[in-house]
Amino acid sequence: MSSTLIIKDLHVSIEGKEILKGVNLELKTGEIHAIMGPNGTGKSTLSSTIMGHPKYQVTKGEITLDGESVLDMPVDERARKGLFLAMQYPSEISGVTNSDFLRSAVNARRSEGDEISIMKFIKEMDKKMNFLEMNEQYATRYVNEGFSGGEKKRNEILQLMMIKPKFAILDEIDSGLDIDALKVVSKGVNEMRGENFGCLMITHYQRLLNYITPDHIHVMMKGKIVKSGGAELAERLEAEGYDWIKEELGIVDDIVEVEA
Amino acid sequence: MTTETGSVLDKEILASFSKSQFEPEWFATLRQKAFEQASELPLPKPDKTKIDKWNFTIIKKLVVESAEFADLTDLPDEVKALIDTEKPEQNLYIQRNHTSAFSRKTESAVKQGVIFTDIFTALREHPKLVKQYFMTADGIHVNSHKLAALHAAFLNGGIFIYVPKNVVVEEPIQAIFMVDTAEANIFNHTLIVADENAELTYVENYISTVEVNQTVANLVSEVFVGAGAKVAYGAVDTLDKNMTTYVHRAATVARDGKVEWALGLMNDGNTISENITLLKGDGSYASSKTVVIGTGVQKQNFTTKIQHQGKRSEGYILKHGVMKDEASSIFNGIGYIEHGASKSNAQQSSRVLMLSPKARGDANPMLLIDEDDVIAGHAASVGRVDENQLYYLQSRGITQREAERLIIHGFLAPVVHELPVEQVKKQLVEVIERKVRS
Repeated sequence: MSSTLIIKDLHVSIEGKEILKGVNLELKTGEIHAIMGPNGTGKSTLSSTIMGHPKYQVTKGEITLDGESVLDMPVDERARKGLFLAMQYPSEISGVTNSDFLRSAVNARRSEGDEISIMKFIKEMDKKMNFLEMNEQYATRYVNEGFSGGEKKRNEILQLMMIKPKFAILDEIDSGLDIDALKVVSKGVNEMRGENFGCLMITHYQRLLNYITPDHIHVMMKGKIVKSGGAELAERLEAEGYDWIKEELGIVDDIVEVEA
Repeated sequence: MTTETGSVLDKEILASFSKSQFEPEWFATLRQKAFEQASELPLPKPDKTKIDKWNFTIIKKLVVESAEFADLTDLPDEVKALIDTEKPEQNLYIQRNHTSAFSRKTESAVKQGVIFTDIFTALREHPKLVKQYFMTADGIHVNSHKLAALHAAFLNGGIFIYVPKNVVVEEPIQAIFMVDTAEANIFNHTLIVADENAELTYVENYISTVEVNQTVANLVSEVFVGAGAKVAYGAVDTLDKNMTTYVHRAATVARDGKVEWALGLMNDGNTISENITLLKGDGSYASSKTVVIGTGVQKQNFTTKIQHQGKRSEGYILKHGVMKDEASSIFNGIGYIEHGASKSNAQQSSRVLMLSPKARGDANPMLLIDEDDVIAGHAASVGRVDENQLYYLQSRGITQREAERLIIHGFLAPVVHELPVEQVKKQLVEVIERKVRS
């Protein structure tokens, strides 16, 4: 069954300062979108707002999932409805093993009395970890504690593959990754690709798009999506940078804003 | 035999109790003397907790009579749950109130000459060994303070463990001290001697299976770790809310010896806990991990001290506490490096999680250093559940309540993971669960 995530005229402030100034975006399952843009234009604000981080205040506009507004839902409810955010800086949780954490996440989507059997869970987790070339010890290690940057990102993708959301937002999943790690992470995302899965990738670099080919590319500047297109847009950005867009749209110098 | 004394015990009752236990002369005398000293000595002064109104001295009964357990199947469920009943062989001691109610030893422990018996049998059969060590640990001599003297005077239970030179005890020694009578006051002494290069894992449970009637637990453990010896000491205390507890666990560690404490201090009543390690020998090592939950209107004070005398000695203190409701707790961590203990390392970390605005938790880390050539460090924090952690877990669909539960269990995991018996681990997790949910 196909799902739709619609972002309409979204305005978002953080500590009284407006970061997003009217973002419009429509995602369908089966599609992969990429948002690119210089630092400090509100890309991460957009992803955190969709997920529902309490720090971000929506002052105007709407986010709907299959016609239902998510703005009044707490973070965990949005997640259970099918949203997932692979974070740029995942938290470390001491004393909680990765497998206990993931089992709680999987069971949060099942009703009481219908929890996944431990054997079935372990089997599935082993399979996904194997696919992501993660050593089996990551199951019993504490969530992200002592993980390298690359290991944390792999762990985000492991969660994505176990939880199987309708829509995943990948917030700079490529930052700090060497080429091998980037390949593994991309392999995971590509494995998810299909008619029941939609994805919004946020990145500075065209590099990621070599491994995960998006259907749509959007450029974000000064809190708005200023240009959308296909793969050819990414290539031009890679070759020429962002200046031509600024010129084309008459954007005077980008103001450096808070990137959360 | 039940010894009734109205409000307080007297010397005659103590003498007749000594006689009934066939205690050696020196010990009967020690009791008498301790009883006299107790009235003169002041209470200990735990930092920032006033205990002069706490009931530590009104002891209505010295001992209560309890039946032994013929078989493990006779145990109450709470106690049975602590034991691996499938195991064909184990080192196990169960004390019911004051009665040595069940015990068994592995064949190899017997063959290796490991002594493992209740304290009264030890006094009769190994008086020299007991006398050599009993209340000789720094800070817990008979005349250290009123509660130490009362402990010696009213001693009414406990165990003695001796591991000979070079003997490695493969199976953990498990002791369960259960209170199933409302009137029982517990004055237990645990005395552990690990001779040179000996190795031992010990785990004890203090557990109330009934609601008690304003009683006292005055518990002292002394561990003597010989040169090159290793002792891992685990404990889970779950005494009733009406039991006022003073518990002092001490270790003295010789050259290249090692002690590792893992203490789950989960009493429901007011508690003063002291965990004191003296690193006497060069190259000695101590790690002390404590986890605590405070609930209701409970008042608690937890002191962990590692004192370095030996050169190149290492001491690590970890204390994690969760405070709920109107509970109030003080966490004192002391790393003390004496002059001459060069190249020593004293580290500590104290963290308190506050789950209620009415709860109180103070973390007081202290480093006392009388030597130049050392490494020392401390970290302390008191705060609420980390919002970023909550957000992260919730972003995976986990409810706020469940996310908090996971974070709290994780926070208290350092001790859970150290406990050597799977059943005891499980029990601590369940106790944490019950306290967090309540």
